[in-house]
Amino acid sequence: MSEKPAGDVKNPKDAIKAVSRRRFIQGVIAGGAGVSAATYLFRASTPSSAASTGDRLITINVNGQDRRVDVMKQETLAMTLRYKLGLTGTKIGCDRAECGACTVLIDGVPRYSCSTLTHTVRNAKVLTVEGLASADGKLHPVQQGIIEEQGFQCAFCMSGFIMATVAFLEKNPNPTRTELAHGISGNLCRCQDYDKILTAMMRGAEIMREQKHA
Amino acid sequence: MPNKMQYGGNHKLIGKDYTTLDLHAKVTGQAKYAEDYRAEGMLFCKLALSPVPHGRVRKIDATEALAMPGVKGILTAEDLPAPADSIDDNGRVIRANTRGFRGLTNEPLFQGEPILAVAAVDELTAAEAIEKIHIDIEPLPFAIDPIETLRPGSPNPRTEGNIWYRPKGQPGQPPPQLDVRPLKWTQADFDAAKDGALPMGEVPEDSGVVWSYGDVDAGFKNAALILDETFVTPDTSHQCLETRSAMAYWQNGKVHIHTGTQSMIQTVPAVARWLNIPPENVVVVSEYTGGGFGSKITADISLIIPALLSKKCNAPVMMRITREEEHFIGRARPSMIGRVKVGFGKDGRILALDMFTVCDTGPYDAVGDAASSGRIVSLIFQPQAMRFKGLTVMTNTPPRSAQSAPGGMQGIVFMEPVLAKAARKLNIDQVAIRRINAPEGKAPLGPEVRGKRAYATSAFIKEALERGAEEFNWKEKIARPKRSGTKVRGVGVALGCYVGGSIGFDGLLLIKPDGHICFQSGIGNLGTESVIDVHRVAAEMLGVPWEKCDVCWGTNAKNVPWSCPSGGSQTTHAMTRAAYAVAEEAKKRLCEIAAKKLGGSPENYEVANERVFHKGGGAGLTLAQAAQEAVKMGGIYDGHEVNPDVNKFTKQSVAALAGQGFVASARDKYAHDGQTHSYVASFAEVEVDLETGKYYLTDFLAYADVGTVLHPKALGGQVLGRSTLGIGHAITQKWIMDPEYGAMLSRRFHHSKPPTILDVPQNMQWAALDIPDPETPVGSRGIGEPPVGGGCAAVLNALSDAVGDEVFRRAPVYADTILTSLEAGRPMQQPLTAHI
Repeated sequence: MSEKPAGDVKNPKDAIKAVSRRRFIQGVIAGGAGVSAATYLFRASTPSSAASTGDRLITINVNGQDRRVDVMKQETLAMTLRYKLGLTGTKIGCDRAECGACTVLIDGVPRYSCSTLTHTVRNAKVLTVEGLASADGKLHPVQQGIIEEQGFQCAFCMSGFIMATVAFLEKNPNPTRTELAHGISGNLCRCQDYDKILTAMMRGAEIMREQKHA
Repeated sequence: MPNKMQYGGNHKLIGKDYTTLDLHAKVTGQAKYAEDYRAEGMLFCKLALSPVPHGRVRKIDATEALAMPGVKGILTAEDLPAPADSIDDNGRVIRANTRGFRGLTNEPLFQGEPILAVAAVDELTAAEAIEKIHIDIEPLPFAIDPIETLRPGSPNPRTEGNIWYRPKGQPGQPPPQLDVRPLKWTQADFDAAKDGALPMGEVPEDSGVVWSYGDVDAGFKNAALILDETFVTPDTSHQCLETRSAMAYWQNGKVHIHTGTQSMIQTVPAVARWLNIPPENVVVVSEYTGGGFGSKITADISLIIPALLSKKCNAPVMMRITREEEHFIGRARPSMIGRVKVGFGKDGRILALDMFTVCDTGPYDAVGDAASSGRIVSLIFQPQAMRFKGLTVMTNTPPRSAQSAPGGMQGIVFMEPVLAKAARKLNIDQVAIRRINAPEGKAPLGPEVRGKRAYATSAFIKEALERGAEEFNWKEKIARPKRSGTKVRGVGVALGCYVGGSIGFDGLLLIKPDGHICFQSGIGNLGTESVIDVHRVAAEMLGVPWEKCDVCWGTNAKNVPWSCPSGGSQTTHAMTRAAYAVAEEAKKRLCEIAAKKLGGSPENYEVANERVFHKGGGAGLTLAQAAQEAVKMGGIYDGHEVNPDVNKFTKQSVAALAGQGFVASARDKYAHDGQTHSYVASFAEVEVDLETGKYYLTDFLAYADVGTVLHPKALGGQVLGRSTLGIGHAITQKWIMDPEYGAMLSRRFHHSKPPTILDVPQNMQWAALDIPDPETPVGSRGIGEPPVGGGCAAVLNALSDAVGDEVFRRAPVYADTILTSLEAGRPMQQPLTAHI
């Protein structure tokens, strides 16, 4: 991205783009406006606000089930899952694709659901941590590996890590610790329990291979 | 890497791995954190934050916002209850600080401080309402650099000044409230400090911490080497992955708060204090907490705002905190500037230490980091004589709080690079110089008071250092050639230390008539697993298989006992003691039940294998039968009477459990000689690319001295997890602020990046000595804090081993610092300036 220095503005239209950060902050201070986060917002499905939300009833396939849900145009999948479908296992840690706590699988590919618009997954299959164990309650091998190795501490990042690992192991069933670390490096654990997480996930990979051979 | 050592000896449960009771819910996504709760008619709340670092709100016009459909209410500073004095367990009056952080304000003291909150049917509506509120703020002078506030004539962060002090009290009266006044050093103080050294101006005794022991001047006179160095540690936000969201509602005059807190039962009186209501009217639900690290020890403004808005709007209110808001109100470790003048003997022994620190606490209550930095340094490096001065200064920056090893981490990071440099100058091995200065046994610590110094309960860190060096292949690693092409390797070792436990809390258990046992746990579930682990002590003592045990945790509505705050690595120590106490009490009462039922004296009975039976065989009762008898006997046996030793919160819980089976409660009253501390020896290896300045951590080991190992896998998580928290301070994390406008620029993870899985070696190692502490019945100490300073300092020492001593004077160390300093032949970091 090229940026023009502030003093080099020929077209008045470019002046807005060329406002320096400091002048912007000055402006904010002079205007007395608050520092408010414009993202991370949730709209109730039956708003009483005057503003129209443009909700649209769509069908998405989550954990093998077709779910009918009203979504706004700008609604993220994380919000739909957590606030409309009751699937709170998917966590929001940053809401800006930094931490990976919200990772879900979309057609088998790990994606940050905080940065995926719900209406873009209408024709896709969404898998969340709640859909991982089999119907009889038998845990997925990756979940089982965590149980056996006491992986994770506070576990707020856990469902994101699990989903990223499941997708990685589907394509790379026999990774080294380093390969697996690269595969799940888009996820942040603030307890910094990475060593135990890797051990647990490697155990999960082992169980996955055992089950495939059985 | 999985630890190869075997822990636990002949124990059945202590020192053995197992699956904690909370893990299945976590792996399946069923575990409910604060933001996962819903209540019918729940409103959402948004905050209006101050755009200026210091200002005065002249007018708030919310007419337009409140007229919007869906907007249900507004909360401003006028709605906050007045801060109230409180009375502690010993009947002492704790004076409320009326100038502390209150949640909402008309005089914001940092950019991002909440001014008001709005509740609406959904967040978009609340956010739109915030945009429609006109807040007229008069900007006031501000200060974001602690050293700059001490310059003559500089602006103060608060209208009254830049330091807290305690006015002289009257005898027999509670100590007076803290007050604020300005402190300015002289120009001569600043002129005397050359080459980026910290000026050493006045530290008033009614504000700072000043103490000494031994003959410091004589120590310097006898020293073979004297080093005088200044180092700056970074501000680091706690950055818990779960932001401090909370949901609150009122029912029958009681407030119910769903939140994430480090400490369960301790949060109840804390909420009561903030809201100025009796603790009986507070119900806290916190089953799972998404990280704390000292920033969620008990209640904070994030619980109070939704609670008050809920009362005002007569509806449940959820307040979700964004990642950016979290960086404003989520607390941080304070940056400290430390100057240490150290006199070494020829053998590397520290003969004298003159330590001077300045800590930036933000605009509100003073953190204790300055004080603890001196105390921890005096213990872990055992200087023969020491002088300490610590000053805590206010600035218009987000408020700080304790973060894992508060002050101890910074003190260690001031000292360790100097120790590494001294070893090189005196030609002593890095492990050897630490060994000669490390504490042993009941080692002294802190100032001399009336001719005496306090001391630690025990220290076996020299052994951890030796075993760690062997496991890390220290000798082989230092013998290898350092340079290979553009790459140069370096190894570092450092000591970590912090307090490791408190005393005097309660245990409470219930044996149901079917023989199952339920341990009531008032500990918070912040991921360390101590909420469950400590109860295995009692299960083992009562001879009950773990499969027949349950642990009840997560809310005071479940009748939990008075437990320690889960902060400062207290829990494992404090609550294994409480578990031991309640198991002994239960044994005593079970023997009494058996004697009453079967005849003879209670002394003739013993408890083992789920039974209470006549010693040497003979008649007995199963625990199920004993529980049934307890219900028949009533009184002290089924909770209708309560052990008079226990705290009032425990008494309430006993009363609520009464009649459900055998109920036992007890307070830890065991002897305890000394102050409990834990220790760790940390080893790191780095590889630096001299062409790019980029470096990688290639090996890491932490060897812990934490007393008896309680739960190896959980311990390993703590040792390496907190080591990595410390490593973040060395490699990436800091605050950056705009000095002209006082604006915080580090608002997201990538602005102050915590280590990722690729920033640490994929095979980190840990081990523990497993030597019991002699001053606690189980022998276990806490471990959360000590690895932080060790982890950070080991990496810094490995870096200086690779690139030399004259490269960096502050942490974190970025690639550009390494490149420019190597090229210039001197440290190319601007010394002292804050938030750069």
